Amino acid sequence: MKPIIRVENLTHTYGENTPFCRSAVKDVNMEIMEGEFLGVIGHTGSGKSTLIQHLNGLLRPTSGRILLGDRDIWEDPKKIRDVRFRVGLVFQYPEYQLFEETVYKDVAFGPKNMGLDEKEIDRRVRAALAFSGLGEELLEKSPFDLSGGQKRRVAIAGVIAMEPEVLILDEPSAGLDPAGRRSLLENIRAYHREKGTTVVMVSHSMDEVAENVDRIVVLANAGVVMSGTPHEVFSRARELMDVGLNVPQVTQVAMELKRQGVDIDPAVYTVADLRAGLATLKGGRR
Amino acid sequence: MSDIIRTEHLTFAYPPDEGKDPVPALDGVDLSIRQGSFTAILGHNGSGKSTLAKHMNAVLLPGGGRVWVDGMDTLAEAALLEIRRRVGMVFQNPDNQIVANVVEEDVAFGPENLGVPTAEIQARVAAALKAVGMEAFTLHAPHHLSGGQKQRIAIAGVIAMEPACIVLDESTAMLDPAGRREVLDTVKTLNRDKGITVVLITHHMDEAAMADRVVVMDQGRVVMDGTPREILVRMEELREIGLDAPHTVELLHGLRQEGFDVPLDALGIQECAEAIVRALA
Repeated sequence: MKPIIRVENLTHTYGENTPFCRSAVKDVNMEIMEGEFLGVIGHTGSGKSTLIQHLNGLLRPTSGRILLGDRDIWEDPKKIRDVRFRVGLVFQYPEYQLFEETVYKDVAFGPKNMGLDEKEIDRRVRAALAFSGLGEELLEKSPFDLSGGQKRRVAIAGVIAMEPEVLILDEPSAGLDPAGRRSLLENIRAYHREKGTTVVMVSHSMDEVAENVDRIVVLANAGVVMSGTPHEVFSRARELMDVGLNVPQVTQVAMELKRQGVDIDPAVYTVADLRAGLATLKGGRR
Repeated sequence: MSDIIRTEHLTFAYPPDEGKDPVPALDGVDLSIRQGSFTAILGHNGSGKSTLAKHMNAVLLPGGGRVWVDGMDTLAEAALLEIRRRVGMVFQNPDNQIVANVVEEDVAFGPENLGVPTAEIQARVAAALKAVGMEAFTLHAPHHLSGGQKQRIAIAGVIAMEPACIVLDESTAMLDPAGRREVLDTVKTLNRDKGITVVLITHHMDEAAMADRVVVMDQGRVVMDGTPREILVRMEELREIGLDAPHTVELLHGLRQEGFDVPLDALGIQECAEAIVRALA
Protein backbone atom coordinates (compact mmCIF):
# COMPACT_ATOMS: atom_id res chain seq x y z
CA MET A 1 0.00 0.00 0.00
CA LYS A 2 1.16 3.49 -0.74
CA PRO A 3 0.42 6.59 1.30
CA ILE A 4 -2.39 8.84 0.12
CA ILE A 5 -1.69 11.53 2.72
CA ARG A 6 1.66 12.29 4.29
CA VAL A 7 2.08 14.59 7.25
CA GLU A 8 5.63 15.94 7.47
CA ASN A 9 6.99 17.69 10.55
CA LEU A 10 3.63 19.33 11.17
CA THR A 11 3.47 21.96 13.88
CA HIS A 12 0.49 24.16 14.59
CA THR A 13 0.68 26.94 17.11
CA TYR A 14 -2.41 28.81 18.25
CA GLY A 15 -2.14 32.45 19.33
CA GLU A 16 1.39 32.97 18.11
CA ASN A 17 3.03 36.12 19.50
CA THR A 18 0.46 36.30 22.31
CA PRO A 19 0.76 35.23 25.95
CA PHE A 20 -1.64 32.34 25.13
CA CYS A 21 0.68 30.84 22.52
CA ARG A 22 0.39 27.04 22.55
CA SER A 23 1.36 24.31 20.10
CA ALA A 24 -1.61 21.98 19.70
CA VAL A 25 0.37 19.78 17.30
CA LYS A 26 4.12 19.58 17.43
CA ASP A 27 6.43 18.03 14.86
CA VAL A 28 4.04 15.30 13.79
CA ASN A 29 5.01 12.81 11.10
CA MET A 30 2.52 10.22 9.91
CA GLU A 31 1.18 8.52 6.81
CA ILE A 32 -2.32 7.53 5.85
CA MET A 33 -2.29 4.58 3.45
CA GLU A 34 -4.51 4.35 0.43
CA GLY A 35 -7.61 2.29 1.20
CA GLU A 36 -6.95 1.73 4.89
CA PHE A 37 -9.36 2.21 7.78
CA LEU A 38 -7.35 4.23 10.27
CA GLY A 39 -8.32 5.04 13.83
CA VAL A 40 -6.92 8.14 15.50
CA ILE A 41 -7.21 8.25 19.23
CA GLY A 42 -6.11 10.51 22.01
CA HIS A 43 -7.44 12.26 25.10
CA THR A 44 -9.06 15.69 25.01
CA GLY A 45 -6.44 18.29 24.13
CA SER A 46 -4.08 15.75 22.58
CA GLY A 47 -4.24 17.53 19.22
CA LYS A 48 -6.61 15.19 17.34
CA SER A 49 -8.95 17.85 16.03
CA THR A 50 -6.14 20.23 15.13
CA LEU A 51 -4.40 17.46 13.21
CA ILE A 52 -7.40 16.41 11.15
CA GLN A 53 -8.32 19.98 10.28
CA HIS A 54 -4.96 20.19 8.54
CA LEU A 55 -5.66 17.15 6.38
CA ASN A 56 -8.20 18.99 4.23
CA GLY A 57 -6.67 22.43 4.53
CA LEU A 58 -9.03 24.00 7.06
CA LEU A 59 -5.98 24.93 9.08
CA ARG A 60 -2.67 25.93 7.61
CA PRO A 61 0.49 24.52 9.20
CA THR A 62 2.61 26.89 11.27
CA SER A 63 5.43 24.77 9.91
CA GLY A 64 5.70 21.46 8.06
CA ARG A 65 3.70 20.11 5.12
CA ILE A 66 0.68 18.02 4.23
CA LEU A 67 1.06 16.01 1.04
CA LEU A 68 -2.01 14.68 -0.77
CA GLY A 69 -0.75 12.20 -3.33
CA ASP A 70 2.62 13.77 -4.07
CA ARG A 71 1.66 17.40 -3.83
CA ASP A 72 1.83 19.85 -0.96
CA ILE A 73 -1.80 20.91 -0.49
CA TRP A 74 -0.69 24.52 0.09
CA GLU A 75 1.49 24.62 -3.05
CA ASP A 76 -1.18 26.75 -4.68
CA PRO A 77 -3.45 28.21 -1.97
CA LYS A 78 -6.08 29.14 -4.59
CA LYS A 79 -6.68 25.44 -5.17
CA ILE A 80 -7.28 24.53 -1.54
CA ARG A 81 -11.00 24.20 -2.33
CA ASP A 82 -10.24 21.16 -4.48
CA VAL A 83 -8.48 19.56 -1.54
CA ARG A 84 -11.67 19.92 0.50
CA PHE A 85 -13.57 17.99 -2.17
CA ARG A 86 -10.95 15.24 -2.22
CA VAL A 87 -10.63 14.96 1.55
CA GLY A 88 -14.08 15.00 3.15
CA LEU A 89 -14.30 15.95 6.80
CA VAL A 90 -17.30 15.16 9.00
CA PHE A 91 -17.11 17.22 12.16
CA GLN A 92 -18.15 16.28 15.66
CA TYR A 93 -21.92 16.66 16.11
CA PRO A 94 -22.31 17.43 12.38
CA GLU A 95 -26.10 17.49 12.73
CA TYR A 96 -25.80 21.05 14.03
CA GLN A 97 -24.61 22.09 10.58
CA LEU A 98 -27.64 21.01 8.61
CA PHE A 99 -29.33 24.03 7.11
CA GLU A 100 -31.35 23.23 3.98
CA GLU A 101 -35.12 22.88 3.61
CA THR A 102 -35.01 19.26 2.58
CA VAL A 103 -32.72 16.29 3.11
CA TYR A 104 -32.16 16.13 -0.63
CA LYS A 105 -30.98 19.74 -0.86
CA ASP A 106 -28.75 19.39 2.15
CA VAL A 107 -26.97 16.33 0.80
CA ALA A 108 -26.78 17.91 -2.67
CA PHE A 109 -25.06 21.04 -1.35
CA GLY A 110 -21.51 19.66 -1.62
CA PRO A 111 -21.81 18.11 -5.09
CA LYS A 112 -23.54 21.29 -6.31
CA ASN A 113 -20.58 23.37 -5.18
CA MET A 114 -18.35 21.02 -7.13
CA GLY A 115 -20.14 22.18 -10.27
CA LEU A 116 -21.56 18.78 -11.21
CA ASP A 117 -24.58 18.45 -13.49
CA GLU A 118 -28.07 17.69 -12.16
CA LYS A 119 -28.03 14.05 -13.19
CA GLU A 120 -24.71 13.33 -11.49
CA ILE A 121 -25.81 15.22 -8.38
CA ASP A 122 -28.97 13.13 -8.24
CA ARG A 123 -27.04 9.90 -8.56
CA ARG A 124 -24.64 10.91 -5.81
CA VAL A 125 -27.32 12.08 -3.41
CA ARG A 126 -29.19 8.80 -3.68
CA ALA A 127 -26.04 6.70 -3.38
CA ALA A 128 -24.81 8.68 -0.38
CA LEU A 129 -28.12 8.32 1.43
CA ALA A 130 -28.10 4.58 0.82
CA PHE A 131 -24.57 4.28 2.21
CA SER A 132 -25.60 6.31 5.23
CA GLY A 133 -28.48 3.94 5.92
CA LEU A 134 -31.29 6.33 5.07
CA GLY A 135 -34.32 5.49 2.96
CA GLU A 136 -35.44 7.50 -0.08
CA GLU A 137 -38.71 8.36 1.68
CA LEU A 138 -36.75 10.94 3.68
CA LEU A 139 -35.55 12.88 0.61
CA GLU A 140 -38.21 15.56 0.69
CA LYS A 141 -38.44 15.82 4.47
CA SER A 142 -37.00 18.70 6.43
CA PRO A 143 -33.79 17.54 8.10
CA PHE A 144 -34.99 19.27 11.27
CA ASP A 145 -37.92 16.86 11.60
CA LEU A 146 -35.63 13.84 11.85
CA SER A 147 -34.29 12.12 14.95
CA GLY A 148 -30.79 12.94 16.21
CA GLY A 149 -29.32 9.75 14.75
CA GLN A 150 -30.95 10.35 11.35
CA LYS A 151 -29.73 13.96 11.26
CA ARG A 152 -26.20 12.76 11.86
CA ARG A 153 -26.55 10.31 8.95
CA VAL A 154 -27.78 13.10 6.68
CA ALA A 155 -24.71 15.16 7.59
CA ILE A 156 -22.42 12.21 6.84
CA ALA A 157 -24.23 11.62 3.53
CA GLY A 158 -23.54 15.26 2.63
CA VAL A 159 -19.82 14.58 2.76
CA ILE A 160 -19.99 11.11 1.16
CA ALA A 161 -21.90 12.66 -1.77
CA MET A 162 -18.75 14.55 -2.74
CA GLU A 163 -17.15 11.10 -3.21
CA PRO A 164 -13.95 12.11 -1.46
CA GLU A 165 -10.83 9.98 -1.79
CA VAL A 166 -10.38 10.20 1.96
CA LEU A 167 -13.28 10.33 4.40
CA ILE A 168 -12.48 11.68 7.85
CA LEU A 169 -14.99 11.31 10.67
CA ASP A 170 -14.46 13.10 13.98
CA GLU A 171 -16.22 11.11 16.73
CA PRO A 172 -19.01 9.88 14.45
CA SER A 173 -20.82 7.95 17.17
CA ALA A 174 -20.57 10.46 20.04
CA GLY A 175 -23.80 10.72 21.98
CA LEU A 176 -25.56 7.88 20.13
CA ASP A 177 -27.03 4.97 22.07
CA PRO A 178 -25.52 1.47 21.69
CA ALA A 179 -27.84 0.35 18.89
CA GLY A 180 -27.38 3.63 17.01
CA ARG A 181 -23.64 3.38 17.41
CA ARG A 182 -23.54 -0.20 16.21
CA SER A 183 -25.62 0.42 13.13
CA LEU A 184 -23.80 3.64 12.14
CA LEU A 185 -20.43 1.89 12.37
CA GLU A 186 -21.75 -1.01 10.30
CA ASN A 187 -22.68 1.51 7.62
CA ILE A 188 -19.25 3.14 7.73
CA ARG A 189 -17.54 -0.25 7.52
CA ALA A 190 -19.71 -1.26 4.57
CA TYR A 191 -18.91 2.02 2.81
CA HIS A 192 -15.20 1.42 3.33
CA ARG A 193 -15.48 -2.16 2.11
CA GLU A 194 -17.56 -1.46 -0.97
CA LYS A 195 -15.99 1.80 -2.14
CA GLY A 196 -12.44 1.06 -1.06
CA THR A 197 -12.21 4.67 0.13
CA THR A 198 -9.62 5.56 2.74
CA VAL A 199 -11.42 6.19 6.04
CA VAL A 200 -9.99 7.96 9.08
CA MET A 201 -12.04 7.75 12.26
CA VAL A 202 -11.25 9.84 15.31
CA SER A 203 -12.62 8.39 18.51
CA HIS A 204 -12.08 8.24 22.21
CA SER A 205 -13.72 4.89 22.55
CA MET A 206 -11.08 2.19 22.60
CA ASP A 207 -13.69 -0.52 22.12
CA GLU A 208 -15.04 1.19 19.06
CA VAL A 209 -11.62 1.64 17.49
CA ALA A 210 -10.58 -1.91 18.38
CA GLU A 211 -13.57 -3.43 16.64
CA ASN A 212 -13.40 -1.42 13.44
CA VAL A 213 -10.04 -0.23 12.21
CA ASP A 214 -6.97 -1.77 10.51
CA ARG A 215 -4.48 0.50 12.20
CA ILE A 216 -4.41 2.92 15.12
CA VAL A 217 -2.45 6.13 15.59
CA VAL A 218 -2.29 7.30 19.20
CA LEU A 219 -1.83 11.00 19.90
CA ALA A 220 -0.77 12.46 23.21
CA ASN A 221 0.62 15.80 24.23
CA ALA A 222 0.54 17.21 20.70
CA GLY A 223 2.45 14.32 19.11
CA VAL A 224 2.14 10.76 17.77
CA VAL A 225 3.19 8.33 20.50
CA MET A 226 2.20 5.02 18.92
CA SER A 227 1.09 3.55 15.63
CA GLY A 228 0.25 -0.01 14.73
CA THR A 229 -2.43 -2.68 14.45
CA PRO A 230 -4.92 -2.80 17.34
CA HIS A 231 -3.04 -5.82 18.67
CA GLU A 232 0.30 -4.02 18.61
CA VAL A 233 -1.13 -0.94 20.26
CA PHE A 234 -3.03 -2.78 22.99
CA SER A 235 0.01 -4.84 23.86
CA ARG A 236 1.43 -1.54 25.13
CA ALA A 237 -1.43 -1.04 27.56
CA ARG A 238 0.72 0.47 30.30
CA GLU A 239 1.96 3.24 28.04
CA LEU A 240 -1.59 3.95 26.90
CA MET A 241 -2.72 4.33 30.47
CA ASP A 242 0.21 6.63 31.15
CA VAL A 243 -1.07 9.06 28.51
CA GLY A 244 -4.58 9.04 29.99
CA LEU A 245 -6.11 6.45 27.68
CA ASN A 246 -7.73 3.17 28.45
CA VAL A 247 -7.64 -0.21 26.77
CA PRO A 248 -10.80 -2.14 25.78
CA GLN A 249 -12.63 -3.92 28.61
CA VAL A 250 -11.75 -7.30 27.14
CA THR A 251 -8.06 -6.38 27.10
CA GLN A 252 -8.30 -5.32 30.73
CA VAL A 253 -9.74 -8.73 31.64
CA ALA A 254 -7.01 -10.48 29.64
CA MET A 255 -4.31 -8.43 31.36
CA GLU A 256 -5.72 -9.31 34.75
CA LEU A 257 -5.87 -13.00 33.79
CA LYS A 258 -2.25 -12.87 32.70
CA ARG A 259 -1.32 -11.20 35.98
CA GLN A 260 -3.02 -14.04 37.85
CA GLY A 261 -0.90 -16.55 35.98
CA VAL A 262 -3.22 -17.60 33.14
CA ASP A 263 -1.30 -18.28 29.92
CA ILE A 264 -3.25 -15.93 27.65
CA ASP A 265 -2.39 -13.17 25.17
CA PRO A 266 -2.88 -9.96 27.20
CA ALA A 267 -3.36 -7.82 24.08
CA VAL A 268 -6.50 -9.63 22.87
CA TYR A 269 -9.30 -7.10 22.34
CA THR A 270 -12.50 -8.79 21.19
CA VAL A 271 -14.89 -10.93 23.22
CA ALA A 272 -14.76 -13.63 20.55
CA ASP A 273 -10.95 -13.87 20.59
CA LEU A 274 -10.68 -14.00 24.37
CA ARG A 275 -13.43 -16.60 24.51
CA ALA A 276 -11.66 -18.72 21.90
CA GLY A 277 -8.31 -18.35 23.66
CA LEU A 278 -9.76 -19.46 26.98
CA ALA A 279 -11.67 -22.35 25.39
CA THR A 280 -8.44 -23.67 23.84
CA LEU A 281 -6.72 -23.35 27.19
CA LYS A 282 -9.46 -25.27 28.93
CA GLY A 283 -9.42 -27.97 26.24
CA GLY A 284 -5.67 -28.38 26.68
CA ARG A 285 -6.01 -28.89 30.39
CA ARG A 286 -8.52 -31.70 30.17
CA MET B 1 -36.31 5.99 54.29
CA SER B 2 -38.72 8.25 52.46
CA ASP B 3 -39.14 8.84 48.74
CA ILE B 4 -37.64 12.04 47.38
CA ILE B 5 -39.35 11.52 44.02
CA ARG B 6 -42.45 9.53 43.25
CA THR B 7 -44.35 9.27 39.99
CA GLU B 8 -47.77 7.76 39.63
CA HIS B 9 -49.22 6.69 36.26
CA LEU B 10 -47.13 9.45 34.70
CA THR B 11 -47.86 10.12 31.03
CA PHE B 12 -46.56 12.83 28.73
CA ALA B 13 -46.61 13.57 25.00
CA TYR B 14 -44.77 16.28 23.10
CA PRO B 15 -46.85 18.41 20.72
CA PRO B 16 -47.20 16.34 17.52
CA ASP B 17 -46.43 17.41 13.97
CA GLU B 18 -49.32 19.00 12.15
CA GLY B 19 -51.96 16.47 11.23
CA LYS B 20 -50.39 13.67 13.23
CA ASP B 21 -51.44 11.95 16.42
CA PRO B 22 -49.38 12.61 19.53
CA VAL B 23 -46.99 9.78 20.41
CA PRO B 24 -46.61 9.31 24.16
CA ALA B 25 -43.05 9.90 25.37
CA LEU B 26 -44.07 8.55 28.76
CA ASP B 27 -46.75 5.93 28.93
CA GLY B 28 -47.68 5.24 32.53
CA VAL B 29 -44.54 5.43 34.67
CA ASP B 30 -44.74 4.44 38.35
CA LEU B 31 -41.41 5.00 39.99
CA SER B 32 -40.18 5.85 43.47
CA ILE B 33 -36.68 7.17 44.16
CA ARG B 34 -35.56 6.76 47.75
CA GLN B 35 -33.77 9.52 49.60
CA GLY B 36 -30.02 8.88 49.56
CA SER B 37 -30.06 6.28 46.77
CA PHE B 38 -28.03 6.17 43.53
CA THR B 39 -30.24 5.20 40.60
CA ALA B 40 -29.22 4.86 36.97
CA ILE B 41 -31.93 5.20 34.33
CA LEU B 42 -30.99 3.44 31.11
CA GLY B 43 -32.63 3.47 27.73
CA HIS B 44 -31.94 4.03 24.04
CA ASN B 45 -32.47 7.45 22.44
CA GLY B 46 -36.20 8.11 22.40
CA SER B 47 -37.02 5.65 25.20
CA GLY B 48 -38.38 8.46 27.38
CA LYS B 49 -35.57 8.58 29.93
CA SER B 50 -34.78 12.29 29.48
CA THR B 51 -38.47 13.17 29.44
CA LEU B 52 -38.81 11.36 32.74
CA ALA B 53 -35.79 13.21 34.15
CA LYS B 54 -37.29 16.56 33.22
CA HIS B 55 -40.35 15.73 35.30
CA MET B 56 -38.19 15.29 38.38
CA ASN B 57 -37.82 19.01 39.00
CA ALA B 58 -40.83 20.27 37.12
CA VAL B 59 -39.04 21.34 33.92
CA LEU B 60 -41.88 19.38 32.35
CA LEU B 61 -45.28 18.90 33.95
CA PRO B 62 -47.29 15.68 33.72
CA GLY B 63 -49.74 15.28 30.85
CA GLY B 64 -51.48 12.67 33.00
CA GLY B 65 -50.78 11.19 36.41
CA ARG B 66 -48.76 12.88 39.12
CA VAL B 67 -45.18 13.57 40.23
CA TRP B 68 -44.30 14.29 43.85
CA VAL B 69 -40.99 15.80 44.87
CA ASP B 70 -40.39 15.44 48.57
CA GLY B 71 -44.15 15.20 48.99
CA MET B 72 -44.92 18.25 46.83
CA ASP B 73 -47.11 17.86 43.75
CA THR B 74 -45.24 19.36 40.76
CA LEU B 75 -48.54 20.59 39.35
CA ALA B 76 -48.92 22.98 42.30
CA GLU B 77 -47.33 26.15 40.95
CA ALA B 78 -46.74 27.63 44.39
CA ALA B 79 -44.34 24.79 45.20
CA LEU B 80 -42.16 25.30 42.12
CA LEU B 81 -39.31 27.16 43.82
CA GLU B 82 -39.20 24.64 46.66
CA ILE B 83 -39.14 21.76 44.17
CA ARG B 84 -36.24 23.27 42.23
CA ARG B 85 -34.47 23.82 45.52
CA ARG B 86 -34.79 20.12 46.38
CA VAL B 87 -33.86 18.66 43.00
CA GLY B 88 -31.05 20.11 40.91
CA MET B 89 -30.48 19.19 37.30
CA VAL B 90 -27.28 18.90 35.26
CA PHE B 91 -27.77 18.76 31.49
CA GLN B 92 -25.90 17.19 28.59
CA ASN B 93 -24.01 20.03 26.96
CA PRO B 94 -21.50 21.68 29.32
CA ASP B 95 -21.41 24.80 27.17
CA ASN B 96 -25.13 25.46 27.52
CA GLN B 97 -25.25 25.73 31.29
CA ILE B 98 -22.46 28.12 32.20
CA VAL B 99 -23.81 31.63 32.83
CA ALA B 100 -20.93 33.69 34.25
CA ASN B 101 -17.38 34.67 33.24
CA VAL B 102 -15.76 33.55 36.47
CA VAL B 103 -16.17 30.11 38.02
CA GLU B 104 -17.20 31.35 41.49
CA GLU B 105 -19.84 33.66 40.03
CA ASP B 106 -21.24 30.82 38.00
CA VAL B 107 -21.55 28.60 41.06
CA ALA B 108 -23.13 31.48 43.02
CA PHE B 109 -25.86 31.99 40.43
CA GLY B 110 -28.23 29.39 41.91
CA PRO B 111 -28.06 30.40 45.58
CA GLU B 112 -28.28 34.09 44.59
CA ASN B 113 -31.58 33.36 42.90
CA LEU B 114 -32.78 31.60 46.01
CA GLY B 115 -32.11 34.80 48.00
CA VAL B 116 -29.38 33.30 50.16
CA PRO B 117 -27.45 36.00 52.15
CA THR B 118 -24.09 37.01 50.63
CA ALA B 119 -21.88 35.69 53.41
CA GLU B 120 -23.57 32.32 53.22
CA ILE B 121 -23.32 32.27 49.42
CA GLN B 122 -19.56 32.65 49.71
CA ALA B 123 -19.37 29.77 52.13
CA ARG B 124 -21.60 27.59 49.96
CA VAL B 125 -19.64 28.35 46.79
CA ALA B 126 -16.36 27.48 48.49
CA ALA B 127 -17.81 24.26 49.89
CA ALA B 128 -19.39 23.28 46.56
CA LEU B 129 -16.18 23.84 44.60
CA LYS B 130 -14.30 21.78 47.15
CA ALA B 131 -16.87 19.00 46.91
CA VAL B 132 -16.28 18.67 43.15
CA GLY B 133 -12.51 19.11 43.47
CA MET B 134 -12.43 22.41 41.58
CA GLU B 135 -11.40 24.81 44.35
CA ALA B 136 -8.16 25.62 42.51
CA PHE B 137 -10.24 27.10 39.67
CA THR B 138 -12.36 29.52 41.73
CA LEU B 139 -11.26 32.59 39.79
CA HIS B 140 -10.78 30.95 36.39
CA ALA B 141 -12.83 31.60 33.27
CA PRO B 142 -15.19 28.63 32.72
CA HIS B 143 -14.85 28.66 28.93
CA HIS B 144 -11.17 27.75 29.23
CA LEU B 145 -11.93 24.57 31.16
CA SER B 146 -12.25 21.06 29.73
CA GLY B 147 -15.67 19.47 29.24
CA GLY B 148 -15.34 17.36 32.39
CA GLN B 149 -14.29 20.38 34.42
CA LYS B 150 -17.22 22.41 33.07
CA GLN B 151 -19.64 19.68 34.10
CA ARG B 152 -18.11 19.63 37.58
CA ILE B 153 -18.68 23.42 37.76
CA ALA B 154 -22.28 22.84 36.70
CA ILE B 155 -22.60 20.21 39.45
CA ALA B 156 -21.05 22.64 41.96
CA GLY B 157 -23.67 25.22 40.93
CA VAL B 158 -26.35 22.68 41.76
CA ILE B 159 -24.74 21.62 45.04
CA ALA B 160 -24.49 25.26 46.17
CA MET B 161 -28.29 25.25 46.23
CA GLU B 162 -28.02 22.40 48.75
CA PRO B 163 -30.45 20.08 47.00
CA ALA B 164 -31.56 16.72 48.36
CA CYS B 165 -31.23 15.20 44.90
CA ILE B 166 -29.20 15.72 41.73
CA VAL B 167 -30.49 14.54 38.36
CA LEU B 168 -27.83 14.15 35.65
CA ASP B 169 -29.52 14.12 32.26
CA GLU B 170 -26.90 12.43 30.06
CA SER B 171 -24.32 14.75 31.58
CA THR B 172 -21.47 12.50 30.54
CA ALA B 173 -22.56 11.88 26.93
CA MET B 174 -20.37 14.59 25.40
CA LEU B 175 -17.28 13.92 27.53
CA ASP B 176 -14.20 11.83 26.83
CA PRO B 177 -13.38 8.84 29.10
CA ALA B 178 -11.28 10.95 31.48
CA GLY B 179 -13.99 13.62 31.74
CA ARG B 180 -16.66 10.98 32.33
CA ARG B 181 -14.60 9.44 35.08
CA GLU B 182 -14.18 12.86 36.79
CA VAL B 183 -17.91 13.50 36.78
CA LEU B 184 -18.85 10.01 37.92
CA ASP B 185 -16.32 10.00 40.74
CA THR B 186 -17.70 13.36 41.84
CA VAL B 187 -21.33 12.26 42.01
CA LYS B 188 -20.42 8.95 43.61
CA THR B 189 -18.60 10.82 46.39
CA LEU B 190 -21.47 13.28 46.87
CA ASN B 191 -23.86 10.36 47.18
CA ARG B 192 -21.70 8.44 49.63
CA ASP B 193 -20.36 11.27 51.80
CA LYS B 194 -23.17 13.81 51.74
CA GLY B 195 -26.10 11.47 51.26
CA ILE B 196 -27.30 13.37 48.20
CA THR B 197 -29.70 11.32 46.09
CA VAL B 198 -28.35 10.79 42.55
CA VAL B 199 -30.38 9.98 39.46
CA LEU B 200 -28.09 9.31 36.52
CA ILE B 201 -29.63 9.20 33.04
CA THR B 202 -27.27 7.39 30.69
CA HIS B 203 -26.82 4.81 27.98
CA HIS B 204 -23.41 3.73 29.18
CA MET B 205 -23.57 0.34 30.84
CA ASP B 206 -20.38 0.82 32.83
CA GLU B 207 -21.92 3.91 34.43
CA ALA B 208 -25.06 2.00 35.30
CA ALA B 209 -22.89 -0.64 36.96
CA MET B 210 -21.84 1.99 39.56
CA ALA B 211 -25.40 2.59 40.77
CA ASP B 212 -27.33 0.84 43.54
CA ARG B 213 -30.30 0.43 41.26
CA VAL B 214 -30.84 0.30 37.51
CA VAL B 215 -34.14 1.26 35.89
CA VAL B 216 -34.46 0.45 32.18
CA MET B 217 -36.90 2.40 30.00
CA ASP B 218 -38.33 1.47 26.61
CA GLN B 219 -41.19 3.12 24.71
CA GLY B 220 -42.01 5.40 27.59
CA ARG B 221 -42.32 2.60 30.13
CA VAL B 222 -40.19 1.07 32.84
CA VAL B 223 -39.32 -2.39 31.54
CA MET B 224 -36.68 -3.53 34.07
CA ASP B 225 -35.89 -2.47 37.60
CA GLY B 226 -33.29 -4.01 39.91
CA THR B 227 -29.68 -4.02 41.04
CA PRO B 228 -26.96 -3.70 38.37
CA ARG B 229 -26.15 -7.38 38.81
CA GLU B 230 -29.75 -8.38 38.22
CA ILE B 231 -30.25 -6.16 35.19
CA LEU B 232 -26.94 -6.08 33.32
CA VAL B 233 -26.77 -9.87 32.91
CA ARG B 234 -29.97 -9.89 30.84
CA MET B 235 -27.94 -9.66 27.63
CA GLU B 236 -30.60 -10.73 25.11
CA GLU B 237 -33.33 -8.49 26.49
CA LEU B 238 -31.01 -5.47 26.67
CA ARG B 239 -29.97 -6.00 23.08
CA GLU B 240 -33.58 -6.25 21.93
CA ILE B 241 -34.27 -2.75 23.23
CA GLY B 242 -31.15 -1.24 21.69
CA LEU B 243 -28.78 -1.51 24.65
CA ASP B 244 -25.65 -3.57 25.23
CA ALA B 245 -24.58 -5.73 28.13
CA PRO B 246 -21.07 -4.98 29.45
CA HIS B 247 -18.35 -6.90 27.59
CA THR B 248 -17.56 -8.80 30.78
CA VAL B 249 -21.09 -10.24 30.77
CA GLU B 250 -20.86 -11.03 27.05
CA LEU B 251 -17.61 -12.87 27.69
CA LEU B 252 -19.03 -14.83 30.62
CA HIS B 253 -22.06 -15.81 28.52
CA GLY B 254 -19.71 -17.08 25.83
CA LEU B 255 -17.54 -18.98 28.29
CA ARG B 256 -20.59 -20.73 29.72
CA GLN B 257 -21.32 -22.04 26.23
CA GLU B 258 -17.75 -23.37 26.19
CA GLY B 259 -18.52 -25.30 29.36
CA PHE B 260 -16.96 -22.91 31.87
CA ASP B 261 -18.60 -22.84 35.28
CA VAL B 262 -18.74 -19.05 35.72
CA PRO B 263 -21.37 -16.69 37.14
CA LEU B 264 -22.83 -14.13 34.74
CA ASP B 265 -22.83 -11.25 37.15
CA ALA B 266 -19.09 -10.78 37.64
CA LEU B 267 -19.39 -7.32 36.09
CA GLY B 268 -16.08 -5.80 37.19
CA ILE B 269 -12.75 -6.51 35.48
CA GLN B 270 -11.19 -7.94 38.62
CA GLU B 271 -14.10 -10.19 39.63
CA CYS B 272 -14.58 -11.34 36.04
CA ALA B 273 -10.94 -12.41 35.82
CA GLU B 274 -11.14 -14.12 39.20
CA ALA B 275 -14.24 -16.07 38.19
CA ILE B 276 -12.46 -17.28 35.05
CA VAL B 277 -9.36 -18.30 37.00
CA ARG B 278 -11.55 -20.31 39.38
CA ALA B 279 -13.32 -22.01 36.49
CA LEU B 280 -10.01 -22.93 34.87
CA ALA B 281 -8.60 -24.42 38.08
